Order: sequence, then structure tokens, then C-alpha cells
Amino acid sequence: MAQVETHVGTRGEIPEQIGFRNKLRASWRGLPKEQRWAATIGIQLAIAILLWFVDRSLGYAALTITAIYWLRRLPPLPWRLALEAGIVLVYAVTGPRSVAIVLAIAFALFWAPKEWHGWLIPLTATLTAVFYPFFADRMFTIPVFGAFPDVATGVYMIVFIMMAVGLNIVVGYAGLLDLGYVAFYATGAYTAAWFASLQFSHRSIHFGAVGLIPPNVPGIHISLWLLLPLAGAFTALCGILIGLPTLRLRGDYLAIVTLGFGEIVYVLARNGDNMFGFNLTNGPNGITPIDAPGWGNHLSSWTGGFLPANYLTCCKAVVFGHHVQSADVFFWTALVLLAFTVFCSLRLRDSRLGRAWVAIREDETAAAAMGIPLMRTKTWAYASGAFFGGVAGAYYASFKSATFPGDFFFNISVFILCMVILGGMGNVWGVMVGAAFLAYLNQEGLANTGSWINTNIHVGSWHPNIDVPLYASGIYGVIILVVMLFRPEGLIPSRRRAAELHEGVHDTPLYDVTHAG
Amino acid sequence: MAADASTPALTRITTRRPSLISIIGLSLVGLLIFWLVVNFIKGPSYFVEVLFIGLATGCVYALVALGYTLVYGILELINFAHGDVFMLGGMISVTLASAFGIKSGMGGLWLLVILVMLLAMVCCGILNATIEAIAYRPLRGAPRLAPLITAIGVSFILEDVGLAWKGPNYVSFPDVMPHSNAISVWGVDIGWNKIIVLMITVPVLLILLWLVQRTRQGKAMRATAQDMDASAIMGINVNRTISFTFLIAGALAGSAGLLYALYVTTVRFDQGFQLGLIAFTSAVLGGIGNLPGAVLGAICIGLIQAFNEGLNWHAPGSDWTQAIVFSILILILVFRPEGLLGERTPEGG
Repeated sequence: MAQVETHVGTRGEIPEQIGFRNKLRASWRGLPKEQRWAATIGIQLAIAILLWFVDRSLGYAALTITAIYWLRRLPPLPWRLALEAGIVLVYAVTGPRSVAIVLAIAFALFWAPKEWHGWLIPLTATLTAVFYPFFADRMFTIPVFGAFPDVATGVYMIVFIMMAVGLNIVVGYAGLLDLGYVAFYATGAYTAAWFASLQFSHRSIHFGAVGLIPPNVPGIHISLWLLLPLAGAFTALCGILIGLPTLRLRGDYLAIVTLGFGEIVYVLARNGDNMFGFNLTNGPNGITPIDAPGWGNHLSSWTGGFLPANYLTCCKAVVFGHHVQSADVFFWTALVLLAFTVFCSLRLRDSRLGRAWVAIREDETAAAAMGIPLMRTKTWAYASGAFFGGVAGAYYASFKSATFPGDFFFNISVFILCMVILGGMGNVWGVMVGAAFLAYLNQEGLANTGSWINTNIHVGSWHPNIDVPLYASGIYGVIILVVMLFRPEGLIPSRRRAAELHEGVHDTPLYDVTHAG
Repeated sequence: MAADASTPALTRITTRRPSLISIIGLSLVGLLIFWLVVNFIKGPSYFVEVLFIGLATGCVYALVALGYTLVYGILELINFAHGDVFMLGGMISVTLASAFGIKSGMGGLWLLVILVMLLAMVCCGILNATIEAIAYRPLRGAPRLAPLITAIGVSFILEDVGLAWKGPNYVSFPDVMPHSNAISVWGVDIGWNKIIVLMITVPVLLILLWLVQRTRQGKAMRATAQDMDASAIMGINVNRTISFTFLIAGALAGSAGLLYALYVTTVRFDQGFQLGLIAFTSAVLGGIGNLPGAVLGAICIGLIQAFNEGLNWHAPGSDWTQAIVFSILILILVFRPEGLLGERTPEGG
């Protein structure tokens, strides 16, 4: 296998006259510019008209995308500005006004100097996310995918983004394939469920849940704010316990063993209603209800109601003409948790530990020779990844107010892995985009797409009656396969990982199964 | 691969001293044997019946496990999609059986069943070889986790193909097994269905062993498993050999699909995932890459499953089968990663 540096950039130089595709490409390039442009516009218009007949809004969307495609090719001032203003104006007058606003913001971003993009784009994204509950219900309907996600779906998306960022530490940074990440999710969720519900009703322990749960209610009730770090720490401990015996195995064995652990956790959750006579997990019925988070009456009145006493019963405030709801508060809290996760993930990546992970991923033998303790470093990757999975699981359990064993099936592990792969292994921003998209698809998008297909695509009176959400896992399978075959570095790649995936690395492990013992 | 050749002697020295780990492992095995002996004493004839159930299940597992082991031996790839090829084998068998109008007590029944099996084998073999060409071959130079990830993707796709084809419910296979007892001595009743499963599996396994160990193509397979580059230099068509390996593995999965449908009489789209993992565990238990090891491991797992679900004295029951199988997988990888049959050799046999 070649070293990473030597072959970067030598691909792609193909002689022009070999093969049908290259001949076609060469003859296309040989045409005069005007003819090529005319042909392109013609094809694009034809597609737009065709789509217009299937679904009108889709046709308009195709037309808009065509216009945006040509924006880049126009001389900047005044043509580009005029076209942009034209598109925005047309939408402002006729179509949904939210499209005009979104496009205007996007165009403004591209007019900003390139060197500002580093902070401008994250800032815009953060502001959009923070104010999302205010305009979620006023957004336009995306063709095919349906309406923008509502705020509750937003919480779901953020929780899965957190988990994907956590898994990215294990898979993206350290290069250890973990097929049982759902076990950490489950551990976090059940930690929250044990310590903030009626599950252990023969005990009555209250701590920090002042103002949420009356003190005479049986069961263990601990404030979620204490449970989140506790769940994270407990899950990290589980990660270490799973990691210690298994991390010396080589990559593919490790994958299977983690899968095994994931399945064992699932079976434990399902059959845990009678563990030697003790009801640990309440079996297939799950643990419900789980206490909602809240800051208690004292903090709430002290901050003038800014921190709600109880997330479920809170929120009478009207801000900017928007009645703040329970889901909104969950959403903002999730955003804070996500910001913390992303911050930790980025700092970890650049730390001594993070560079050790990358070194192990690229060449284990060389890393060991440089004095990196393999087992300890890998275990830390596991523990940190597990921590965020646990926090996300605990928070989501509290949001849903329930946890069921069926939520922790193997599919979820692959679902999260699919997010990491689609977004780009190793790149936090890419992983976030991939996770947001897939979580949206899973929660709302697939159902919307299904109903769109079933109503709009038909031959005469024949409609396909496809239950699209039923085939969710197959769709993820297709995404995984297509991404791995055609763009293994993901949509928004990390440059270093892309080079490894294209050129190959010397990834013969130092600890082999035959060396163990 | 090249480094593997020089290490066995070293490994043998380091693993021979009795360590804490091996003492724990041996005591676990001791407990298992104690549990089995107590169960045997409590009900000997029942124990033997359960044992035959385990043998029959183990044989089906063996056919699937051999597919994992063959592919792992040659590519060092865990073919995650293999279990789903097995599932599709069951689906194909169901479709063919209803097309041929197979039903209990008809003339030439077993000839038709064998025909269905051969057809399922051909279909699954071609399917498996196609999967290799599409999903694994382009990634042969990539980091070794890349094809494993595509394998997971393929597995999910195949599962949904089964789902779209036959729907989410159990599809029944005609119940053609004779329900009478083949053997009935000393109070031990063994049904024909188990004997028939054994009668079909054993020849298939023998043919496979002959193919890998005695034929020219088998020699090419073993050579490719040892060193792909060197065998290419020696004039072996490596791509064709790998395709052939996948073809055989798929054919075995197809035959297992029919046998499982015949034995359990139902097929469902998600059976491949569960059974695939069990079969993979069997392959690891026996020493992955080792053909007799896969059969031995599969029979062990089949027996463990049957004992767990069938025995009366302190058996955890079928709810826990999955957890037990995975615990065995983890314990094996921790205590004896080279599997039951000793040294891990990349070539079969």
C-alpha cells in the first residue's frame, strides 16, 4: 500500500479518445461555447417542464435551481445581482415569501468576502437554529420532501446529530467501526429512566427535582440536569468495560463484537423485567412516564421565568408574536447540549489525544512506535464517543417521557453510522449535515416523500402504493452503498480522511487476533 | 498476510503458559459441562431428543457458516450480506415450491424438493457473485473497513428486497416433512425431519470439502487465500477465483435457505439477520477460515441453542438465546480468538 502523500492528485488524467464516455465528453468540449450553453439551457428547461407536469411546485423548484446554476457563470455585476434580485422579487410577489427570504440570505452570504465565510456561515446557521421555532410553521413546503420539520422533530434531529457527532469520534477520528452504538444510547436512556421515574417505586428518593415532582411520590426522582452528566459518565464507563476486552481485536472483529454488545443490551432491555426476580427494565412495555426536566420554582422565579420550572407545564410567554411551547424549550436546551458536544468534539480532535487517534487510524504500528499507548488511546475514543451517546439518550428519553427496548434495535446503530458516512467520516460539520438530513427523513421526510410519490406519480389512474417508511433501512442501505462506492469521503469530507480512502493506508493492525492471549 | 506465516511459532510459545484468562475460560467450560451432565441424569431420553434437534439446527447453521468462512478465508471480509442471501434462498424456495405445487404425499416429492434446492442454490450463488462484483470488488484496495460497511448496506438492501417481495409477515412453506418417528429406541423418539436434514446436509458438506481440497479450482482458492499477489503471478485468475468462492458460498446459503424453510416451514424477511449472526458466531467459534471448524462450531452453537431452549433444569429459555450466542462470540474472541480448531489458517481444510 502506498503512503498517503505520494499519490494524492495523480488520479483522473484519462486519455481523451479512450472509451465511449471520454469520446462523448471530448466532442462536447469541442463544441462552441454558445451551442453548449444553448443545449444546457434547453435540457434544463425540458427537465423543469417535465417536472412541472408531475408536480407544479417541483417544476418551479427546478426552474429556480436552473437559475441559481447559471448565476455562477454570469459576469458578477450587474448581471448576477440583477438575476438574483429578479428571483427574489418573483418569489416575494408570487410564491411563498419564505423562499424569497431564504434565497436572499443565501445570496447575501455569497456576496460576503470569502474570508468572512469561516465565521459567517456558522453564525448564520446558529442564528437560524436558535430562532427556528419562531418561523418553523411559516416556512414553505419543499417539493417531494414536504413541510419543514416541526420543532418536536427538530429535537429528534438534534439528539441524533449529537449521537452522530459522538459516533464520529469513534468511527471518524479513531477509525474503529462501532456497530453497537445504540447500546450507549440505550444505556443513557435507561439511566434517565431509572433515576427519574416510578420504576423503583419501593424506594422514594428525591434529589434536585424540587418543584417538579411532589415529595410524596414514590420512586427515584433526580433532576435531569444531574442525570445528564451521570448518564454520560455511566455510559462512558460501559464503553470502557466493553472496550477493554475487545479493543485489541482488529477492525472487523471489533465491529462484530460491538454489534454483539448492542444486541445483548437490546435483549437485556427486552427481558429485563425479570432479572432473577427483579424488574430492571420493565421488559417490552418500557419505562414510562419519565420526569420532564425543569429548573424548579426557585430558579424559575429568580430568573423571572426565563428558566422554566417544569418543561412540560411551562411557557405562557409570547415572544415576537409566537406562543412559546414546551417543545420549543426542549429544542433550545437540546441546542445548548449540541453546542457543548460539538465544542468538545472539535477540541478533542485538535488535542494531543485527538492527534493520537488520527495516528492510530492511519497506521497503528507507526503510532505505537511513536510511543502512543494503543489500548488506552482507543479506550478513550470509545469512552468519549459513549459519553455523548449517553447524554443524548438520557435527554431524548426525558423528552419522549418513555423508553422502550424496541427503540434500541440494530437498525438504529446502522442509521447513525449511515449519518456519519453520508456526512463525511471525521468532519464534524459534514456529520452534522448528514445527521440532520437523515434524522429528518426518518421522522417526517420518508412519510412525506411516500405520499408525494403515491399521489403525483401515476400512469393514468394507476398509482404506486408504496409504503416508503417501511423500506427505511433499505434506503439507508442504498445510501451507504452509493456513498462508499462513489464518494467514500462523504458529502463534506475531511481532507485527510478523503486521501486515506482514495489512496489506501497501511492499516494492518498491530494486535491481531492471532497475537492475542 | 505475509507476516502471518512467521508468527505462529511465537504465538504458540506465548499462549501455552496457563494464564488467569485461560483458567477463567476453562472454569466456564467446566460449569457448562456440569450443567449438561445434571440435565442428562435428570432425563436421559429427553436429553438425547434435544441433542438431535440441536444437530439438525446445527447442520443448517453449518451451511451458512461455511459461506462466511469461505469468504473470510479468501478476502478477510465479513460478508455481512450473507445471512440475507440465505433469507432470499428461503424466499426463492417458497416461490418455486408453490410454482411446482409441492404438497405433502405427492409422487416424486423428494425429487422436486431436490430440484428446488438446486435452483435456489444456483440463484443464490449468482446473486452472491453479483454482490461481490458490484459492492466489494471496487473497494479491494480501500481500507479494510470500507467493504465491511458496504456489506452492511447490501445486507439492508437485500432485507428490504425480501420485505418488498413477500411482505412483512411469515410466508409458509408447504409442510412436507413426515411427522412419524424415524428412530424409536429406549424411549428416544427422533423424527424424520431431523434425519432428512442430516441426509441432505452431509452430502453437501462432503461435496464442498471435495471441491476445495481435491479440485484444481479448490487449489486456486486456497492459493488465493494464502497470497493474492503471488497466485496472480502464478497465473491464477484471482478475480474469477474470488467470484467462484462467492458463488459457492451463495449456493450453500441457498441450500440452507431451502432446508430451513423445509424444517421450520416459515420464511420471513428478517430471518437472515438473526441466523446470519448466529452462523458468523459459529464460524468464529470453529476458527474462521477453517472449513471443518465452521461445521464443528455450527454444530456446537446448534446444540447450545437446543439445550438452552429445550432442557428443563436451569435453562435460560429462548428469550436469551440471542444474548447467549453473542456472549459466546465475545468470550471466544477474548479467550481463544483463533477458535476451537487451533491455529487460524487462511486456507480452508
